[in-house]
Amino acid sequence: MMSNLAVLPIIIPLVSGILLAFFHTKTPFVRHAAKLLSVISTGVAAYVFYYVLQNGTVTLETGGWEAPYGIVLVADLLAVTLVLTTNIIGLACIFYAPHSLTEQKEKFYFYTFFFLLITGVSGAFLTGDLFNLFVFFEVLLMASYALITLGGEKVQLRESIKYVLVNLFSSIVFVTTVAFLYSVLGTVNMAQMAERVQEVEQQGILTTIGILLFFVFATKAALFPLYYWLPKPYTVPNPVVSAMFAALLTKVGVYSIIRMFTLVFVHKMEVTHELFIWIAGFTLVFGAIGALSTNNIKLVIAYNIIPAVGFMVMGVGIYNQTALSGSVYYMISDMIIKAALFLLAGAVAHVVGTPDLRKMKGLIHQLPLLGWLLFISAFVLAGVPPFSGFIGKLMIMQGGFADGEIAIVIIGLLSSLLILYSIMKIFVRGFWGEKDESITIDKKTVTALTWPVAFLVFFTVLLGIGAEMFYPVVDDISNQLMNPEIYIDSVFKE
Amino acid sequence: MHGTNDLILRTATVLISFILFAFSIYLFLAGHNAPGGGFVGGLMTASAIVLMYMAYGERAVSKIIPVNYRFLIPTGLLIALLTGAGSFAFGEPFLNQTFGHFHIPLLGDKELATALLFDLGVYLTVVGITMTIILSIAGDRE
Repeated sequence: MMSNLAVLPIIIPLVSGILLAFFHTKTPFVRHAAKLLSVISTGVAAYVFYYVLQNGTVTLETGGWEAPYGIVLVADLLAVTLVLTTNIIGLACIFYAPHSLTEQKEKFYFYTFFFLLITGVSGAFLTGDLFNLFVFFEVLLMASYALITLGGEKVQLRESIKYVLVNLFSSIVFVTTVAFLYSVLGTVNMAQMAERVQEVEQQGILTTIGILLFFVFATKAALFPLYYWLPKPYTVPNPVVSAMFAALLTKVGVYSIIRMFTLVFVHKMEVTHELFIWIAGFTLVFGAIGALSTNNIKLVIAYNIIPAVGFMVMGVGIYNQTALSGSVYYMISDMIIKAALFLLAGAVAHVVGTPDLRKMKGLIHQLPLLGWLLFISAFVLAGVPPFSGFIGKLMIMQGGFADGEIAIVIIGLLSSLLILYSIMKIFVRGFWGEKDESITIDKKTVTALTWPVAFLVFFTVLLGIGAEMFYPVVDDISNQLMNPEIYIDSVFKE
Repeated sequence: MHGTNDLILRTATVLISFILFAFSIYLFLAGHNAPGGGFVGGLMTASAIVLMYMAYGERAVSKIIPVNYRFLIPTGLLIALLTGAGSFAFGEPFLNQTFGHFHIPLLGDKELATALLFDLGVYLTVVGITMTIILSIAGDRE
């Protein structure tokens, strides 16, 4: 039965995590097994992606309970694309991890929690049930609590308290909002919610609940004014963990916004989507300014998460097919490049011994490949053609112009310049200049740390240069997003 | 955890822990169609073991029940997950369940459901997690 394909990207990482928990003390074995399992998981995700691309959405009614009574998993093109991206990032991180983590941390179930994080993220992308989305949020948050405190250094514990409290609070609001929605609509199945909201044309209270839900996801996605918690906690754990967080966690929030506000709450655009544009504008400005405010290279990159989220939400706010294509394209590209940048910053900080930019100079002599990868990454992030960031931003801007949202487009363009400057600052100050003789490098480790970064950068370059090839897929995704009936019909098939 | 010299507690524990164990197994088996189930059964078992730890101390109890509770967690998860994935082999959707009536000697005609296997996974996971947490906190001072 092919519908079981939809659950495979959730089960395989889960089984991997469980199996590795049995052998957590045998580090060399676990390392190799984790690599192998990660390759398998990526392979399966790629197959599911291919299958959905060829045959359309796969829905699974778990336990044989018919929708809307049971929980459905809906592997539509958007979900499987993001699942595949998640797995590719996981693959790079798994190969980076052994050279970056201490053996002590690996023994404390690092790989188990790593796979559980992927399980939670994949589940959140695939589920077609709002309460189940909450459950998968909790799965990924539980794993992230363990990963962020792994090692138990003082600074980690201090920052993780902030992280845990913010996420706990937003989870409480989330489940409350689900209860509100259930009391009004009598369902938590997304497709049925969409139908019922449409029937009553999203009257007063529903719009209010929708905005409440938006603020829950905005906390996870780090949008203005709820981003204040994000930058510091993301810099304290190991680079691998930071990379996973930066690439996946905020994007799950963005995905949820895209899903709910293209499927369910689409009948009062002048309130909800107008609000998104305003919030996206502030997010862009404040995030970019934050990135300029610090000399800690990890913090620079952490702050750069925020304007990127602003871009994606801007596309949702504009809400036409071009802008949504742009949002999805930019999201895929940004997931990969954020992971690459965090791994890169981690490698640089590992070599120099500090993430402080003022203590670096002339690194290009010791780390030529990493230097040029950073250079390319900066271009991808800022959206310089022909890289993938450009294509995503271009489509969002085009969509914005078509709808007459000129102001936000100009803010977007200006903040892109600030983003470019903030990353170039790392390149100019850290990599240019005289060779610093005091820095000694361990060639073997540096090479091992560089390859996963190169692997990810290769994908973003491919996304940019091969845009012709990927564009039809993204266009198909945004077509599905603009026509909620496709999603609804795939759940309630006759 | 050290044992105590409280004779009343020690004597009562011998009786109470067995009642708790028996009741936890009853709850676990009842769970499919009546109040109970793997979760509450697991908690009850864990409370019985904790009571024994309190009365007789760590050294004695770990000799009686030589189980590494940390391994119970992944074991339970694996059982639960494989029960769910077992439906793949029969071409049914994930987590599908079935039941049948079997004649068991002494007990007579009994209904056996695959949901019980899933519950067994939950049971082991709950015992494992509860005991790991309690023993970690108890061992913190030493």
